[in-house]
Amino acid sequence: MFQVRIHGRGGQGVVSGAEMLSVAAFLEGKYAQAFPSFGSERMGAPVMAFCRIDDKMIRVREPVLQPDALIIQDSTLLQQVDLFEGLPVRGYVLLNSTHSIDELGLGGFARGPRHYRLHMLPATELAVKHVGRAVPNAALLGGFAAITGVIALASVVAAIRQKFPSKIAEKNVAAATEAFDLAAQTLDTSDA
Amino acid sequence: MLKQTEGSHAVAEAVALCRPQVICAYPITPQTHIVEGLGEMVKAGELADCEFINVESEFAAMSVAIGSSAAGVRTYTATSSQGLLFMAEAVYNAAGLGLPIVMTIGNRAIGAPINIWNDHSDSMSMRDAGWIQLFAETNQEALDLHIQAFRLAEELSCPVMVCMDGFILTHAYERVDIPTQEQVDAFLPGYQPRQLLDPADPASFGALVGPEAFTEVRYLQHHKQLRAIGLIPQLAAAFSKEFGRNSGGLLRTYRTEDAETIVVALGSVNGTVQDVVDEMRERGVRIGSVSICSFRPFPLAALRAALEHAKRVVVLEKCLAVGLGGIVSDGVRKSLSGIALHGYTVIAGLGGRAITRTSLTRLFEDAGRDELEQVTFLDLNADVVSFELERESKTRRTGPTAEAILRRIGPVAASIG
Repeated sequence: MFQVRIHGRGGQGVVSGAEMLSVAAFLEGKYAQAFPSFGSERMGAPVMAFCRIDDKMIRVREPVLQPDALIIQDSTLLQQVDLFEGLPVRGYVLLNSTHSIDELGLGGFARGPRHYRLHMLPATELAVKHVGRAVPNAALLGGFAAITGVIALASVVAAIRQKFPSKIAEKNVAAATEAFDLAAQTLDTSDA
Repeated sequence: MLKQTEGSHAVAEAVALCRPQVICAYPITPQTHIVEGLGEMVKAGELADCEFINVESEFAAMSVAIGSSAAGVRTYTATSSQGLLFMAEAVYNAAGLGLPIVMTIGNRAIGAPINIWNDHSDSMSMRDAGWIQLFAETNQEALDLHIQAFRLAEELSCPVMVCMDGFILTHAYERVDIPTQEQVDAFLPGYQPRQLLDPADPASFGALVGPEAFTEVRYLQHHKQLRAIGLIPQLAAAFSKEFGRNSGGLLRTYRTEDAETIVVALGSVNGTVQDVVDEMRERGVRIGSVSICSFRPFPLAALRAALEHAKRVVVLEKCLAVGLGGIVSDGVRKSLSGIALHGYTVIAGLGGRAITRTSLTRLFEDAGRDELEQVTFLDLNADVVSFELERESKTRRTGPTAEAILRRIGPVAASIG
């Protein structure tokens, strides 16, 4: 089973992101379960959502406590929430930021024997560029497909097209596709 | 058709396939997306001969449901939490009148303190109202139980609640198989009311019944639920034949054959319990579980048969009988009348607290050593409780408890579990 935890703030499409990820996995014939952390539904409040992907039926209903991958939609949460809780060594982290790992002071998490596979992606900028709104979820899913290989970009694209009306869908598809290419490039230059 | 969708949406589709003629609901919190989805279908003309009535309260929702059901049409509503309490009087009336309304409860806690999250306090508060109560383990089962519920309700002329865990199921996206209209039509015939408000054949409903007949009316209500004990497994078998999968029934056992420890639970937590059972079985622990689907009527004989060879039973409950302990435990004990085994009540998941595999594993290991209290509160923060009790013992004007505990715990945004 592959477990994903998405962190963000109310209004950033965290719950929709988990939902689309589960649809993408479903479209590949896998079992998937997505659910929100059911916290306060306020704009700007820290929000979590979870997605599990497996080849067999998923029965467990607890929150994702030991994620294989984290998607962090808002880097300001680094100061507020223990985002890396439960993440094992070599766990994937996809962080929405225009800054580098060292600029954010995360070098210690990215290097050394216990390091995470930490990747930065300017997802908000990609969303603004393609969608015209600062909703980074679709771009991050494109990046997630590139860095983890757990799902194919084509499945992410199909899930986005299921979620949104065609005009908005195509804009999000463009954001996810560019994000995928960007993340694939960073993958080539990192040791992951 | 296989589909990855939200629990609430899956149930909305199932209800639509049952061809309801009146859907009445109060559309504001604590409501789920179910009636929202149905409202959209009615507005889009996808539901033929169906009227969606937005009412001003949950009390009105059940009152309208009583009226429309008595007028002879298939009637559906949904609510949860305080909404169910607000309709309580009418909930009893629907059962007392024997009207086959189907209602979804997206199970949530009841305040105070204010809490929107999942537990079973709401539907448990109506357990003796005379409704049949079926609990779903997964979104697939929630969907399937609604199709069975209309048939069960109409065959008995008795209302049915389908209880599904709020948020944990209602807001979860997972794979469901949505049946075709032809399949549902083959399983669920058109509604043939036993009683009908009909101008051509006038009848009065809701007579004043004095001591001379009240007991008999109540006895027949009880008798109807006892008949449901036989009918529920029959419908589950018929459903399995038509749809090719198992859903519903009185209860389901999981690896109980040679189990020394058996866990009994209702609803979605059974999935987590089964994962823990598998993990402990791999280590050689003889443990199994029972998922109770029909809480009302309570399956005394089937439960006895499932539990009688165990050494101990752990009842995992998402509700609390304050001052007593468990609610489900009462029924479990009754089913085991005359059998000596260890029985433990565990109160878990109140107000949406996560029930984790780690906590359950520890709990079941403690149970295996018979080191549990009669009543245990899973993952109770003993430090916070002791601090508050100590504080309350020192001064008279201690102020509100909930606020004091929140101050002690501090901000919760920082925690994951």
